[in-house]
Amino acid sequence: MDKLIGRIQKYSWKDISKDELVYSGHLACAGCGAALAMRIALKALGKDIVIIVPASCWSVIDGIYPFHALKVNFIHTAFETAPSVATGLKRGLIMKGEKKKTVVSWAGDGATFDIGLQALSSAAERNEDIIYICYDNEGYMNTGSQSSSSTPYGATTGTTPATFSRENRKKDIIGIMAAHQIPYIATSSVAFPEDMTRKIIRAKQIKGFRFLHILSPCPVGWGFDSELTVEIARLAVETRLFPLIEIYKGIELCITYEPSGESIRKYLRLQKRFSHLKDKDIRMIQKTVNRNWENLIRNVSIWKKKTEDP
Amino acid sequence: MKKLLNGNLAVSIAVALSKVDVIAAYPITPQTSIIEKLASMCERGEITASFIRTESEHSSMACCFGAALSGARVFTTTSSQGIVLMHEMLHWVSGSRLPVVMVNVSRALGPPWSLWVDHTDSLSQRDTGWIQIYCSNNQEVLDTTIQAFRIAEEINIPVMVNMDGFLLSHTFEPVDVPSAKKVDIYLKRRRKKFEIQKQKSISFGGVTYSDDYYIFRKNLQIDFEKTRDIIEKCEEEFQKIFGRKYGMIEKYSMDDADIVVVTMGSLSGTVKDVIDRVRARDVKAGLLRIRVFNPMPANELRENLGNKKIAVIDRNLSPGKGGIVCQELKSILFDSGTSCRIFGFIGGLGGKDISPSQIEDIILYTYKKERPEKDILWIS
Repeated sequence: MDKLIGRIQKYSWKDISKDELVYSGHLACAGCGAALAMRIALKALGKDIVIIVPASCWSVIDGIYPFHALKVNFIHTAFETAPSVATGLKRGLIMKGEKKKTVVSWAGDGATFDIGLQALSSAAERNEDIIYICYDNEGYMNTGSQSSSSTPYGATTGTTPATFSRENRKKDIIGIMAAHQIPYIATSSVAFPEDMTRKIIRAKQIKGFRFLHILSPCPVGWGFDSELTVEIARLAVETRLFPLIEIYKGIELCITYEPSGESIRKYLRLQKRFSHLKDKDIRMIQKTVNRNWENLIRNVSIWKKKTEDP
Repeated sequence: MKKLLNGNLAVSIAVALSKVDVIAAYPITPQTSIIEKLASMCERGEITASFIRTESEHSSMACCFGAALSGARVFTTTSSQGIVLMHEMLHWVSGSRLPVVMVNVSRALGPPWSLWVDHTDSLSQRDTGWIQIYCSNNQEVLDTTIQAFRIAEEINIPVMVNMDGFLLSHTFEPVDVPSAKKVDIYLKRRRKKFEIQKQKSISFGGVTYSDDYYIFRKNLQIDFEKTRDIIEKCEEEFQKIFGRKYGMIEKYSMDDADIVVVTMGSLSGTVKDVIDRVRARDVKAGLLRIRVFNPMPANELRENLGNKKIAVIDRNLSPGKGGIVCQELKSILFDSGTSCRIFGFIGGLGGKDISPSQIEDIILYTYKKERPEKDILWIS
């Protein structure tokens, strides 16, 4: 495993900025993973940015006019347009001589996996100089929890009730983005702030289209107590369900954290949305997780082998 | 300098002269040659604009929204299905009070597929809060595109310039191309209320409670009412520099006319010829071309159409309602206290030719009949 992880510079909590760029009066629910994700991300992104937010929980969390919960510029836009608006803004800023300002699209999984996928693919294909961050709460949580194509197999939501819970698997957004061969892709989790900080700082240093995928658990939509947000986010990583990785240029794959490989049962049983699952369902999910992890390891090995060969 | 230009070339040259910063566009017939020309101008360095090849018209308008927020001068162009796909973002741009300029090359909507002129595409965007101007020849297309940037940036309301697909976009006419120096005098740098690059922390377009939302929308209407004066002011200055003026409406042989043909776009040229022909037979006909559709020039229309027989020729169809211009005229003239009678003709859908003899029939029908026999009179 050490070989696979390679020599990645580790960050500690000391490397995380003490500046708080999210005010305490925001409108997120107690235990909201998305609010935590923004807080950690902004510490790494800094003040000199503009954030574009399509319809999402964060459209509301930011506050109601005239209140604004962040210490950075924030532009609200229509659901499917965050990558396009970011493109236009970045191009405009360059034309106006403001080349250094970082433009960040901050979108949920609905805007990323579903309605905005076309615009996202287009901005990635053009390799626009923007950072795209998807905070993934695995469903349309702002509208009261409905299924998106990011909702995992077996989960119940408003549109996938228990009797016919979600039969399709979660869309492989990282695979889709990797196929675009963009300069930088990373996954991160609110339970690993040091890892997220390092990845965002890395993303800021790179030019071109950068994609970050943050798993941000939703106590209301997933059905768990609000103090368990970080625990659940940690379990998603430790069970190998949501591996922490980064991909350079669509091919150079690295795993940035070695999961302990806990049983998926522990993760699933903490959440109401999976409470109807029977033992055989859980065994099947465990099998899928194992297979995906093996595939990931194989891809890392292939990449490592390629670079070692003369 | 006079040049032989089709409508699409006239637009490209006007956009280049207007020194836009960002162009975002997606190809669609019959608009394509505009963006091809602009892309090649960018590539050759003839203009310093950032050209964004988007994957859809919806994203084009989203790019324009983002770019306009930076203080840049932005442009896009489309047709037909493209403008309909943009619909959501048209609202977003006008609601955000951003001075985006768009040229729409009018083309019918599917199904069935049609590539030819029809105004239903842009007229179905009536309620999106855009200023809409309809041109009748290529000189007007070039001039109006330049004026559009000035008007939009004066009042922070987006402007849509419409020209008839193929009839103008692909037809060559002699056009006087103004010098870059003159255009620079007319179009100053865009002024902005705020600059996002200098702000530390603002939120733009977030959630509002009903009371605040109501004020934002009311302010948009109040400012929209000012656009008539702004358009006139911008036109007067245009006349001073370039010697040409178009007005909110165009009138032809209106002084003693009993019958007035009302229409929009390139059809007006043919109507003028027919009017000369019928006047030789003592039928007192005139033409009123609506150039600015939104805001409707209500005062001019009431002044000029009172007590007359009006033959509206609509090159559009709102299924269930009929002709859109006819509906608009009826609502404006409803309480004008005059005894005008409106004959609503619909023709030319999907580019179907409206011949001079058909226009003559329209005028003679309106001349003979006291009232229209039907709500919709189809030109067949």
